[in-house]
Amino acid sequence: MSGALRILAPGPSATIQDLGRPGWFSAGVGVSGAADTDSLRLANRLVGNDEGAAGIECVLGGLQVEAIEVVTLAVTGAPAPITVDGIPVDHASVVRLESGQRLALGLAATGLRVYLAVRGGLAVEPVLGSRSRDTLAGLGPEPLTAGDELPVGPEPIGSPLTGIAPLTPMTNDPVVVRVQLGPRADWFAQPEDLFVGGWSLTDRLDRIGARLARPGWDGGKDGQQGCPALTRRDSRELPTEGMPLGAIQVPPSGEPVVFLADHPITGGYPVIGVVLGADIPLVAQARPGQQLIFVPEQPRASAVRLADLQITLRGRPSATETAAVIAALTMLTHP
Amino acid sequence: MSDVAEVRWAGDRALLICPTGHDGLLDVVERLRDAALPGVEDILPAAETVLLTLRDGSEQGVVESEVRKALSGTASERAITAERAEEVVIPVRYDGEDLADVAAILGTTVEDVIAEHTSRTWRCRFIGFTAGFGYLESDRGGLVVPRRRQSRTAVPAGAVALADGFSAVYPRRAPGGWQLIGTTELTMFDLSRPRPALLTAGTRVRFVRS
Repeated sequence: MSGALRILAPGPSATIQDLGRPGWFSAGVGVSGAADTDSLRLANRLVGNDEGAAGIECVLGGLQVEAIEVVTLAVTGAPAPITVDGIPVDHASVVRLESGQRLALGLAATGLRVYLAVRGGLAVEPVLGSRSRDTLAGLGPEPLTAGDELPVGPEPIGSPLTGIAPLTPMTNDPVVVRVQLGPRADWFAQPEDLFVGGWSLTDRLDRIGARLARPGWDGGKDGQQGCPALTRRDSRELPTEGMPLGAIQVPPSGEPVVFLADHPITGGYPVIGVVLGADIPLVAQARPGQQLIFVPEQPRASAVRLADLQITLRGRPSATETAAVIAALTMLTHP
Repeated sequence: MSDVAEVRWAGDRALLICPTGHDGLLDVVERLRDAALPGVEDILPAAETVLLTLRDGSEQGVVESEVRKALSGTASERAITAERAEEVVIPVRYDGEDLADVAAILGTTVEDVIAEHTSRTWRCRFIGFTAGFGYLESDRGGLVVPRRRQSRTAVPAGAVALADGFSAVYPRRAPGGWQLIGTTELTMFDLSRPRPALLTAGTRVRFVRS
């Protein structure tokens, strides 16, 4: 298949991504896929694709492409300014490029990763069922470089959905993400310290993970600004174990790493908590220097204690009480 | 009985199974595979635990009780994994840069190290680090050497190595701190094969001198 889209410039970093390759752990291969799956899915919906079609993920923007054939595109994620032949186009709108027309992305002032979907999806050769570039394993299509010509698949039957795109506003304000403590929270002296104060994203941030530091932290000498360091209960070695997406792994330095799409599938440092699946895109869009605030999310089952059920139903319970009892019972049936 | 394993939640999309009973890790993995539980996306055994990842939208609590069900009951009626696992033979040129150091650490000769490495049956405990990198443990003790004090920035593909009681073959060029004892021409990970990884958890391995 000949190319339909030519890369004129990849910007700081651009790779092809879909929703990854689940199911290959037994071969030692991780899932990979778009770091911010919400934005890739949205871009695909806008052009009428299956949500898992392959598109381009680029960092900050800077990407420039030229249509070799007529193509329909949408750009989502970090709101990089978009122009077509120099004329500004709205973020997250559906754009048709005639052959020879050029779309260019400026650099986003907020957010980190920009997604470009093409109607029909990028039809490069899949590897183990996915067109994602796994930057850690070196699997999948090579990172994009100027001059690459990318084939586009057959147009889907459905029309592009051109309604209002549900965009997550991206600011440089602190990002709040929900974390479930565990599976190795018990290895830490005070696991709840994760939720005390904010963390700042360092510039060691890629598709593998986001490495965090305490703002103004001086290496743990006196834990400035009331932000305690994460300390271990003891210094046992953890036998290598599987790492889920969103795992907050804490190396001996006490400065955590949040695992993103291309994370190693196993690791030897304890995981104090895991970012909820729905909040991973928020971490993936946070920029170096931005603040990350973790808030605790109880697992549903353990959130229900017997005390929650001690609602005395004297006389006619109020609708609120009844709802509370039903909610508690529903949760209990999912032990 | 239900004390086969402790199940810990690892976020809202994964469960970490920590076997506690007498059943081995591989048995737990086999039971989970056989059960083909709805909602489970993938199964990842490691040194002492098994990570289950869940599909989007699956109820973690429901999957957890299914896991407990699948792991309850005794293991006696089950086929022994070892008999079902295939054996892979890996021809090795014992020319590794650290071979003499390994012999010195073990207080023996290079020839003895080679004899020990080739005479035992190894078994893939789990795959980790990188695609196709199998942690092989042997059927008897000895051959336990520490990692090198300084890791190499690039260990070549096909390097046969020892560390912490495990042996392994580097599937691709990668940084690494294991002690290198030899080289194999065998391709450990090949995308053109239907099963790209030569080793999976449970695979038995024998090294032979090439």
